[in-house]
Amino acid sequence: MTPQGAPTGELCSIPAYLNRNVRVYGTKPAYREKEFGIWQCWTWAEAYDEIRAMALGLLALGIERGEYVAIIGRNRPAHYWAMVAAQMCGAIPVPLYQDAVAEEMAYVLEHCGARFVVCGDQEQVDKVIEVQEHVHGIEHVLYNDKRGMRKYDHTHLNWLHDIEAEGRAGHARLEPELDRRTAELTWDSTCVMLYTSGTTGKPKGAVLSNRNIIETAKASVAFDHLGQDEEVLAYLPMAWVGDFIFSIGQAMVAGFCVNCPESPETMMTDLREIGPTYYFAPPRIFETMLTNVMIRMEDAGDLKYALFHHFMEFAKTAGETYGMPRLRNKQSKPTLRRRIRGIYRYAMGIGFAIETLVENAIRLFFVKLRHPIATRAHFKARDPILNIYPQPLRDYFKYRMGDVLVYGALKNTLGLSRIRVAYTAGEAIGPEIFEFYRSLGINLKQLYGQTEASVFITQQPDGQVRSDTVGVPSPGVEVRIAENGEVYYRSPGTFVEYYKNAESTASTKDPEGWVATGDAGFFEEGTGHLRIIDRAKDVGKMADGSLFAPKYVENKLKFYPDILEVVVFGADREMCTAFINIDLTAVGNWAERNNIAYASYQELAGHPRVLETIKAHVEEVNRSVAEDAILSGCQIHRFLVLHKELDADDGELTRTRKVRRNIIAEKFADLVAALYDGSDSVYTETEVTYEDGRKGSIKATLKICDAAVQEPQHKRQVAA
Amino acid sequence: MNMVSHEPYVTEDGRTIGGVLMELKNITLRFGGVVAIKDISFDVREGEIRAIIGPNGAGKSSMLNIISGFYTPSEGEVWFEGHKRPQMRPFRVAQQGIARTFQNIALFQGMSTLDNMMTGRITRMNAGLMAQALWWGKAEREESEHRAAVEKIIDFLEIQHIRKTPVGRLPYGLQKRVELGRALAAEPRLLLLDEPMAGMNVEEKEDMSRFILDVNDEFGTTIVLIEHDMGVVMDLSDRVVVMDYGKKIGDGPPEEVRANQDVIDAYLGVSHD
Repeated sequence: MTPQGAPTGELCSIPAYLNRNVRVYGTKPAYREKEFGIWQCWTWAEAYDEIRAMALGLLALGIERGEYVAIIGRNRPAHYWAMVAAQMCGAIPVPLYQDAVAEEMAYVLEHCGARFVVCGDQEQVDKVIEVQEHVHGIEHVLYNDKRGMRKYDHTHLNWLHDIEAEGRAGHARLEPELDRRTAELTWDSTCVMLYTSGTTGKPKGAVLSNRNIIETAKASVAFDHLGQDEEVLAYLPMAWVGDFIFSIGQAMVAGFCVNCPESPETMMTDLREIGPTYYFAPPRIFETMLTNVMIRMEDAGDLKYALFHHFMEFAKTAGETYGMPRLRNKQSKPTLRRRIRGIYRYAMGIGFAIETLVENAIRLFFVKLRHPIATRAHFKARDPILNIYPQPLRDYFKYRMGDVLVYGALKNTLGLSRIRVAYTAGEAIGPEIFEFYRSLGINLKQLYGQTEASVFITQQPDGQVRSDTVGVPSPGVEVRIAENGEVYYRSPGTFVEYYKNAESTASTKDPEGWVATGDAGFFEEGTGHLRIIDRAKDVGKMADGSLFAPKYVENKLKFYPDILEVVVFGADREMCTAFINIDLTAVGNWAERNNIAYASYQELAGHPRVLETIKAHVEEVNRSVAEDAILSGCQIHRFLVLHKELDADDGELTRTRKVRRNIIAEKFADLVAALYDGSDSVYTETEVTYEDGRKGSIKATLKICDAAVQEPQHKRQVAA
Repeated sequence: MNMVSHEPYVTEDGRTIGGVLMELKNITLRFGGVVAIKDISFDVREGEIRAIIGPNGAGKSSMLNIISGFYTPSEGEVWFEGHKRPQMRPFRVAQQGIARTFQNIALFQGMSTLDNMMTGRITRMNAGLMAQALWWGKAEREESEHRAAVEKIIDFLEIQHIRKTPVGRLPYGLQKRVELGRALAAEPRLLLLDEPMAGMNVEEKEDMSRFILDVNDEFGTTIVLIEHDMGVVMDLSDRVVVMDYGKKIGDGPPEEVRANQDVIDAYLGVSHD
């Protein structure tokens, strides 16, 4: 790999960017966290002071260069600071998933050999103490939340703020050493190590250098014209590369403010209070939000219900044209002009509403005088002659009116009023869901990325957004498609290596720097947009030789609000079958409306009427799959609705909630067998892990349903 | 039976139990001809968790009502912080630093969690009526102080997500937690809990137990609690008073009480001849 030269000046590490931000944006907010009901705010200067004290404290405890510091906790400013503080000391932060159980944590802590562990609260400290029985490297445990910690043995346990105080006290002694270490950081020194969740096998530690993180952040900030006035809400797991790029990489490079929610439960309220301008969420979050809106609309009064549906229907056609926030070419502050424009648009909406009513009333009056009988029919038909404005202008006004009555209020409720750019990634998003948000005037786009690429591989530029592609290669990224359809990329963000795993590094990244994504896809002709079909290794052949792409079918099914998760089987078999997980919120609400009593998830999942609905969905999907000549073999012949929700704690999903196909097939082997042996019900017992790590088991008899399949199109053509 | 010395000592789990905070001497309570409590004496020491148990109708809640000043004992004396307490209105008692929760939730259903908890601060509010009405001067300053105190408790009880929710819409377990929060908002020295875990499932009970222990541990609040769940009582409390038909039939550490024949009889039932 040819290093593209160090950047101008000394901006080659996160601490260097921190220094710059203190100089340039000193008194602007850098971090906010809601605590005690108030948004506590730290300016860049204050944050710098804290981070520096923390770094000095770590030095006082004897942190070494190149050492790994594990960070476990929910999104809180202090945890981000700890990461930067570690970097200042020349150490490497390793954020971990806070919901990981002790065993999972043990593997990672053992693998990276962390001597320092920063924990969020008592829960995490307990886990680390449990882990310490097997893993011996851990020497210092620091915690952020003091609660419940008083009685612990504090010989190797320290409160993070005590460490800061210690650092401040010893600052004369430690400062020269700290400055020396910070100055040593180069373009190629490691910025962070992130463990990939991995749908198979043990997690691997992807080493990302300063160059990876900073170049990627710079390019993506320029791509979307992110400025220092953006607001983001940091709520995604800190161990996930996306959060690192957004909340540290981009935040440092662009100098915007990172807001941390009060607790995971208050996320939606906090989102609304902050009103982020730049937002990232996996499709699941957008799905949940939409489901909640729809459920609440069911309970709304007739007028609201009618208004909502009328305007949402209208927005589908007009939203893309009239709703989007105006594209910004350069970074700018929210100006008076923009505020006036907002007021103007609002006034336009109200004006149009009044105008329409008045105009129609007057016309109605005169028309009634002359043609009393024809009037009704006439107005019903909405004769265009009555409208003095051309259609686009009418649409514009109507959209503004909708904005006042529906869209604005709805966006405000969802906390998305101020969004300029929103991204979704990780999974395919349903076209209806995507369209819903876009038609509201939320600039929701898709991107495609992975840890090894420091997130960005492709993303959608403004104005070229569609639900079925993941966009064009991000700036600086080269993408090529191998002969077997697998997507390869090479970019400045390409990871250095997998830690202590040269074998995996070699098999993923070739000497020229091309990295295999493991996903199969193709470039669309004409537009140059990338489309992802499936995981390359999941794409297989069925027994009769036709193509098997489980994700394609699964996604189609998952777009139904009733269905939460689907696992399709069929590689090397005669027919496709599926496990289905229902969505308890949506189906529960439906059950309530239809007077269906249920006591548990299991009972609801087995209810005949639920099965009927799911069957209808499956058959509908089969019809749509049959239209695709290549994939028509993937129609689902038989399916069952699982008695438990697939869960990361049971190892069925990854921590980022991706299906672990092989593990599920192994764990539920009896159910898979039943799907293929023609029986119409099956008895099973499943072990489950509760959140506190205890095990239990659920017993159930599951009904297996047959679904009607369509004659595959190509076979018909052959016959003809 | 009460031959325990009154010297401060440290428990196994590292809490310090101080001297006597409250002493009840020969309390008798009559309602007309019915004798609810007959000549009961016991003490509550600073920093301890004191449980009162007994079968239904044993007079436990009446005992709590006497401590909280709602009932005045027909005979006997209540000593608090080394002074004999004169006959007193309940709000005066509250001002002395005694707060309580109720067996049946007694929250303001239409008010938010936050507002409910703010009512717990009433005994500590000094601003006059006019200042309150005009939201001026002292009232404004005070409100933010009280709000800060309440927010600490909200954080402590982990109920941030329901801060603005009307309590009427909350599930039972959370309402109980809010009620505990309101009592804590008064920053009591002595906290009275009347069946804090009644009607809860195992998980809610575990949560509530943790909070009770944490309150005792972090704030050093002395707690008197009535509870029917024996497991909870035995695990939480330092000393237990057992009542039956208005009489005290046992008093001492949980292990001792558990072995007491009278207590076993009262709970399992024997023929009274």
